[in-house]
Amino acid sequence: MTPPLTATLGTSLGGWAGPDGERRSTPARLLVVGGRLLDPAGGLDRFADLRLRDGRIAAIEPRLAADDDEVVLDARGCVVAPGFVDLHCHLGEPGYEDRETLATGTRAAAAGGFTTVCCMGDTNPRLDCGAEIAALRARAAAAGVVRVLPIGCVTRGREGSELAELGELAAAGAVAFSDDARPVRGSRLLRHALAYSAMLGRPVVEHAVDADLAEGGLVHEGPVATWLGLPGVPAAAEEIAVARAIALARLTGGRLHLAHLSTAGAVDQVRAAQAEGLAVTAEVTPHHLLLTADVVRAGPDRRPYDTSTRLDPPLRSAADAAALVAAVADGTIAAVATDHRPQRQVDKDCEYAYAAPGATALETALGAIMELVVAERLSLQAAVRALTSGPAAVFGLDAGRLAVGGPADLVVFDPDAAWTVEPTRFHSRGKSTPLAGRTLHGRVRATLVGGALVFSTEC
Amino acid sequence: MYRERSAAPERATLAAGAAPASSPTAGIDLPAPAGEAEEWPGRRHVLDLDDFSAGEIARVLRTADAMKEILGRPIKQVPALRGLTVVTLFYEASTRTRVSFELAAKRLGADVVNVAAASSSVTKGESLLDTAHTLRALGADVLVMRHAEAGAPYVVAQHVGCMVLNAGDGWHAHPTQALLDLYTLRERLGRIAGRRVVIVGDILHSRVARSAVWGFTKLGAAVTLCGPPTLLPAGELPWPVAVEHDLDRALDGAEVVMALRLQRERQQAGLLPSLREYVRLYGLTAERLARAQPGAVVMHPGPMNEGVEIMPEVAYGAQSAIADQVTNGVAIRMALLYLLGGGAV
Repeated sequence: MTPPLTATLGTSLGGWAGPDGERRSTPARLLVVGGRLLDPAGGLDRFADLRLRDGRIAAIEPRLAADDDEVVLDARGCVVAPGFVDLHCHLGEPGYEDRETLATGTRAAAAGGFTTVCCMGDTNPRLDCGAEIAALRARAAAAGVVRVLPIGCVTRGREGSELAELGELAAAGAVAFSDDARPVRGSRLLRHALAYSAMLGRPVVEHAVDADLAEGGLVHEGPVATWLGLPGVPAAAEEIAVARAIALARLTGGRLHLAHLSTAGAVDQVRAAQAEGLAVTAEVTPHHLLLTADVVRAGPDRRPYDTSTRLDPPLRSAADAAALVAAVADGTIAAVATDHRPQRQVDKDCEYAYAAPGATALETALGAIMELVVAERLSLQAAVRALTSGPAAVFGLDAGRLAVGGPADLVVFDPDAAWTVEPTRFHSRGKSTPLAGRTLHGRVRATLVGGALVFSTEC
Repeated sequence: MYRERSAAPERATLAAGAAPASSPTAGIDLPAPAGEAEEWPGRRHVLDLDDFSAGEIARVLRTADAMKEILGRPIKQVPALRGLTVVTLFYEASTRTRVSFELAAKRLGADVVNVAAASSSVTKGESLLDTAHTLRALGADVLVMRHAEAGAPYVVAQHVGCMVLNAGDGWHAHPTQALLDLYTLRERLGRIAGRRVVIVGDILHSRVARSAVWGFTKLGAAVTLCGPPTLLPAGELPWPVAVEHDLDRALDGAEVVMALRLQRERQQAGLLPSLREYVRLYGLTAERLARAQPGAVVMHPGPMNEGVEIMPEVAYGAQSAIADQVTNGVAIRMALLYLLGGGAV
């Protein structure tokens, strides 16, 4: 007989793993039984059991009988998928520990089902040299509960004038290069970055916006901006920058990854570039898939000018959101990336124009995407692919799949469970989210990294 | 006395300890309702007209009639808001709106404190909410706010326990201006429904235009926005209005023409080729005004750039209601303070 999940987790594994490396105390022998295994990379979608041994997947079979000394994790009613991979988050350290730390950020990731997260280098100091990359990896290994892979800056000091030492960054472990939140201003410099990084097999992640056209803009240019009297960012600001970046990818043969796309026009360009055979990939945030600019004006339990809706890029029109969902469905957009960007509450409790852009997203990503699945706008397979094998392929990571012999990084989630977003319960230090108060579907029950339980719900 | 509100909890709270010498309605002679269905559903803030019903607007205008009567008396004061503390918190320089609010509050017997908050206080780390919380703790009941950023009054309304009256926020809203415009027009034309209204100038950056559009359209007027494409909001609009770039065509048959102030920095920002060309295309001249209906009412929120968006002969001509707008502004602001303060009439 299989013991109930919570009892198993609570008694045998002690629930949370701490930031002190507690997850290293991996139970050597673990069996995950009764779940629906969903592994888009392996084309797997069936009920099966998983045997984990020493942090790796030892067997996947329709039925596995528990050995005497094996801890059993009951996944009945749940989906068992590869641990989610986030290509884009901001984890605060070093320098902005009042927004997030590696300990809190990776706990938030674990609570959201993520086992691998890629953090941006807009820290203080910047992740713009090998030593900073190495230091971040060491701190993450000590304090983090999931795998943390740093993204190095494209330019020295993130200043946009000279290339950072991309070779040294790559050697130290940077998985990609980005000056996120700052587009590389000079087209010549972006050209060189794409050409040089191609040699290193690492993509350049471009925050695509024409800074001149977008200057001063706070929300999507359209009826909501007009109603609220807020300066708009036209869709063309993104489309122009995407066109420039794609043209330079074509020129250089470089690997271009476009961060957090928000417009239908950008999606069309990416689709055309991929059809042409260019090495261009893209990501979208859960917020831009699920929400539109309308929420800036009003929402459930929300007054106009709620600063939790202040995002960069801004939330756009319903037509844009529909195009983004379609692009995730057909694979044009390979990854749903959170752009988890926690902010201090004092930087949100202010005038809309002065509010810091960004939202806490790791803990609501699955719920937001599952809303689209529940609404039958996206298949469960496409949703899971965009959280696992899709992003892993973009950065060439050995993650995002369930394979015998591979790392036992996995998530167990209940696709039907409804829950209400209560930011005060977030593990993240950032409590600002445009999804606050909403009821979402899809709840993470357990997250395992290298076979170790790093999160479980006690319910 | 006409009474339809069963309770006035706000007023009771606000007056606690102040013990007004006379009843709150003392000295106010409210005319009978003119037939429109009126309402005032316990509103605590006036932030924009987008959430006003036609009935609420009617209530404000009728209340303003009573206030205007007070303004015509030898002693222009009643004790209706005695004990109420009104703070004007202005983050942007303003003479007419601030003075208008101050006079309105004083005419009703409220205590008024004026705070001119330099926008530099933001850079000094004094947040809007800190300032507003402090004023509330000092005893402010009503905050009259002017701010350069759209939505600032909403932040205060959400977080601080004061009633908030928006005196202009960024490009967003200037509801008291729109109400005084409606009041002035009603005086001049009687009915507003069906009237053809042209608003000409820098619509994009204008809180006056936005609130006026809400007010006029809610009362059934037909509004045309006129200006160059660079000074109009791009794309789909959230209002049932027409857009016309040619002022002569827009004026054809107009019964109301409202000219907006043109900020000279719009030219430096590349939105206009030159002031000269703007005057040529959009300046309201006597010849142009002749295209509108005879007796069409000319309005301007002030301050005017005479010789730019409006010519002096029009601004001070027989069709101009601009001076009335200023006078009526005090009555409208008295009416709003009175209604917010719990005027049970």
